[in-house]
This record gives sequence, C-alpha cells and structure tokens, in this order.
Amino acid sequence: MAEPSLTIEQSSNSATIRILGELLTRYVGGVQAEFDKVPTGLSDVQLDLAGLDSIDTGGAWLIAEMKRRLETGGAAVRITSAAPAHAALLETVTHHLPDPLEEEDGPRGLSAVLISLGKMTVSGWQSFLSALAFFGETLAALVLTLLQPWRLRRAALFSQMESAGLKAVPIVALMGFLIGVVLAFQGAAQLKQFGAEVFVVELIAISVLRELGILLTAIIVAGRSGSAFTASVGSMKVQEEIDAMRTIGLSPIEALVVPRVLALIIMMPILGFIANIAGLFGGALMSWIDLGVTPGMFITRLKETTDVWNLLIGMIKAPFFALMIGVVACWQAMQVRGSAESVGQHTTASVVQSIFMVIAIDAMFSIFFSELGV
Amino acid sequence: MQSTPPREAVIEVRGLRNQFGPQVVHDDLNLDVWRGEVLGIVGGSGTGKSVLLRTIVGLNSPAAGSIKVLGVDVVNGSEEDRQSVERRWGVAFQDGALFSSLSVLQNVEAPMREHLKLSENLMSALGQLKISLVGLQPLACGKMPSELSGGMRKRAALARALALDPEIVFLDEPTAGLDPIGAAAYDELIGELQHALGLTVFMVTHDLDSLYAICDRVAVLAEKRVYAEGPIEMMPEVDHPWIQEYFTGPRARAAQTKTETKTDTASLES
Repeated sequence: MAEPSLTIEQSSNSATIRILGELLTRYVGGVQAEFDKVPTGLSDVQLDLAGLDSIDTGGAWLIAEMKRRLETGGAAVRITSAAPAHAALLETVTHHLPDPLEEEDGPRGLSAVLISLGKMTVSGWQSFLSALAFFGETLAALVLTLLQPWRLRRAALFSQMESAGLKAVPIVALMGFLIGVVLAFQGAAQLKQFGAEVFVVELIAISVLRELGILLTAIIVAGRSGSAFTASVGSMKVQEEIDAMRTIGLSPIEALVVPRVLALIIMMPILGFIANIAGLFGGALMSWIDLGVTPGMFITRLKETTDVWNLLIGMIKAPFFALMIGVVACWQAMQVRGSAESVGQHTTASVVQSIFMVIAIDAMFSIFFSELGV
Repeated sequence: MQSTPPREAVIEVRGLRNQFGPQVVHDDLNLDVWRGEVLGIVGGSGTGKSVLLRTIVGLNSPAAGSIKVLGVDVVNGSEEDRQSVERRWGVAFQDGALFSSLSVLQNVEAPMREHLKLSENLMSALGQLKISLVGLQPLACGKMPSELSGGMRKRAALARALALDPEIVFLDEPTAGLDPIGAAAYDELIGELQHALGLTVFMVTHDLDSLYAICDRVAVLAEKRVYAEGPIEMMPEVDHPWIQEYFTGPRARAAQTKTETKTDTASLES
C-alpha cells in the first residue's frame, strides 16, 4: 500500500487534481503541505479520486478543507471517479466541516492584570462572606443540637468519633513521644553548657503542654480528618447527594456537618491530652538516658515547677482548633463543583487553610493569655 | 438474506464463561459479530449485557473461553497484540465517562495524542470535525464535561470513541436517559455514521425503538448464553417467555409500527 500523494495538472484557469494512495489520518501530517500548495485562483477544478485506495475521516477532512478553500477562492469543484464508500464519507465530512474557530482577543498588558486583580478581590470577598455565613449556620446548628439533643445523629457522631478520633490515637501518641524525645535531646545539649541540665523538665513540660502537643495534634487532625471530610462530602456534592438531601427535607448541615464538627470538638482535647502525656513520657525517657534525670526526679520537679495552667491553656485551645478544622473542611466540601478534579483542589485548599487558621488562632491565644498574665 | 460475499466475523466469542464468586453470569456463550453490521444486545436486567461488552474490550477477564477481535485473541494473546487491536475499536460508556478535568475537545484529542503523531493544529481540527460529526455545536468544544447535559455527554463520548477512526464501536446503552426525540436523533446519528464510516456497531440497549430503527441483527442474552440471534422480525417466533414478552409486548408493537410508518413514508417519497 502506498503513502498518499497529490498530482495537479493545471491549464490556465482549470485544473485536475488527482489524489493517490492511502489517505489516512496517520499520513495527513506529511501530505498536508502538498494540499496547502494547491493554488486558489482557479475557476474550474476536477478532483479525481480514482487512484484513492482508502480514506478515513482525517483524509476526508483534508480533501474537504481543500475543497472549501478552492470554493471560497471562486472555483467550481467537481469530484469524479470516487468509490461509493469514499464519496459517502466525503459528503458526510464536508457537511459537518466545522467553521474555523475565531480566536478571541482578550485584553492585554496592564488592563489584563487589573481585571484579574479585580476579579480576585471580588471572588475573595465573596468567598470570605460565604465562609462566614457557613460558619454562622454551623454554629447555629450546633447550638440547636445542644438545646434539642434528640435531633443529633448519634450513629454518625460515633462513627466520626471513631474514624477521626480513636483511629488517630497511635499516630498522635507517636508524634507526641517523638516531640518529647527531640526537645529533651536538643534542650539537654544546650543546657549542659551552663550546667543547668535539670531545667530540661520545665523546657519539655511548658513547651509540650502549652503549645506543641495541641498544635501538632491539630495539624495532624487537619491533614488526616479535615481532608477526609472535604473529600467525602465533596464527592457527595458531585454525585448530587447533597441536593437529594435537600429535596427530602434533610439539612446537610445538620446531617453531615454537625456530627463531623462535634466529633472533632469532642475528640480533639482527648487526642491533645494523649499527645501531652506521650510527650512528657518521651521527654522523661530521654532525660533519663541522656542526662541521668531519674523518672522520680522528673515527676517531682514537674509537680514543683510547672503550673497546671500550662496544661489548661493547651486544653482550652483544643475545641477552637477542632471547630475551625471542621468548619473549614465542610465549607470547602460545599464549594466543590462538578468534577473529580474540583474535589482534589478543594481538599488541598481545606488542609492548607485549616492549618493556617489553626496557627493564626494559636497566635491570638498566645497574645490573649500573655495579656492575662497566665 | 444474501449470501454472496462470505461474511467476515470481526468479533468471535467462543465458550465464554464469566463468574463473580458463586454467581455464574455467562456459561458457554458463543457470539459472532459480522463486519459492517449493527448488532443490538438485549436481555433482562442482570443477564450480563454490560459484562459481555466489558469482557470483549478487556475490562473484565473471563473464567474460560476465547474472544477474537479482528482476528486477534484478546484474552490469551500477547500485550502487543491487544494494544494493536485497541486502536481499532472505540468504546462509549453509558454515562460518557469523559475525563472530567479536560474540555470536550481535549477529551476527543486524548486518544489521538496517545496513538498518533499529529501536530497540535491538525489534532484540534480533526477533534473539531469529530465533535461536529456527532452533532455538537462548535461552542461545546471548550466546555467541561460537567457543563454538558446528559445527551451532549453521550455525543461527546461517541466523538471520543470515533477519534481514531475505529472499525468497531461499542456502545453501552447509548439512548438510556435521553428523551424520545433525543434518542431518535442519536439513533439516526449512529446509523448515519455507521454508513459513512463503514463501522461495525456493537450496542447494548434496552431501547426497542433503536432496535427496530438501526439494528441489523439482535442477540438476546438469556439463561447465561446468547439464547437467540437474528433479525428482529424473527424474534417474536422464539419460544422463550422473556423474549416473547419483550418482543410482543405493547411497547414492541408501538416501536414496530413507528418504524413501518417511517419506511412507508420513505418509500412514498422516493
């Protein structure tokens, strides 16, 4: 079988074009230049397809495009000696030949930058408002649940508490333990220089209990459960399950958001506490190995020097972190539109925003408590 | 039936057995699909119509039996053989299964990008042609699948199935979920493309109107095998309760009358 080729016999204003060989899509790229070279100023063109062995839609497109080009140039084009199957395909393709797409000329330069800046500002403001509205709705639904506890979906709550809380215990405990170990190890190296090894207890206790235990727990929960919330509720949004809920009079906030947010609010302090204990344990172990501070001495010093407020400050922050992670995750899920890709984008946004919000709230608490002097 | 040119079987299924756990879906199923025909596969719910389609295109590996597509053994053959034959068929899934992160035009270009070395301009031109061939407006090219209606998604899926100029097109319930006018237009489209492109169409369907309008032959799945095959006019003569009910019920009669009226008008016009 032969690759396609094109011959043209021209006499003044009329021409005979013969197309030979297999005019298939895979050859079109190679032969397209030859077709483009056919002059347009002709008045009478005969397209002889007798030598055409086979043709597919790609090839038919090439012929149809050339025919259109010749006809716009004022030529009458006749197709001769085409096999019936080839003629049928050519006719269908000619009939459906799409008009060339017109490229839209968008604004350029400074105005394009300003337009996109304006759009970003407006959409940013709108999404801030929508997030605020969602936050309010969720708070209202939570309060309503407290007033009318029988409305709470207990099965959903417990299953969320299991997956977001109980199943996170191993990773949270391991993380806390390692933080304790690292603090003791790094602290000891510095404190040894001053012969102040024994202060390692305060270093570990205050930093773990007050800040690190709960902050890192919140980051793990945001990555682990916040992303899961966005992905699962977002997929439900894609499948129109949320719309289906609304049509049968179920409030998605009450059925989906409240159990998830409440589960986080209940489980986050518990997880934070586990992280604290594991952190202290890791710190004590490392102090014993590295500095020779015995566990007995560690506990005595812990009781004498570390105020219980350090623990309380950490614990007070936990439900706020949980509320933030839950609301951001569910709000992002509600923003999912249409496709699987959108679920992915919003899941990423959910994790990034909730971690950012957790750190921002932590900073505000830090200022608040230092003003209070605790 | 004419018997002049020997019919060439483009799909040969022999002794096919499919089972999921203890549930046997197909047992010793045989089927031939001839080149250039439109074959409609019908059967009650759960008789494994879609499973048969998925098995032929290699999405489901059978427990036993052999399947030859265009002379290539797709069950036991080598990976290379399979790939060579995959380029020669197109599949349009029930809900389109368009790639949701790509626009309609990019969806149609995707198989070309994978299998052919074409320039961007040429690929885009051919993609637009395919989209126009299935009756979508040029405006649809830049749309995302989530912005399309069900009928448009099915058409876009067909355009993607046609991207590589396949010899065989598999359609899974092509008219399910379309309104009667849309379904009739889609039937007409398949008939027209089948004629113009010389396609062999393997179509799983429930739609009696499609069966009467465009199918050359019908294969009925029942009792784990192809219980009956042949032109649709012969189906009411088959002695099987489901087939009897299906092809002689009120809906079948209505579909039949509709087609007959149409052919009558056509012959009057010509």
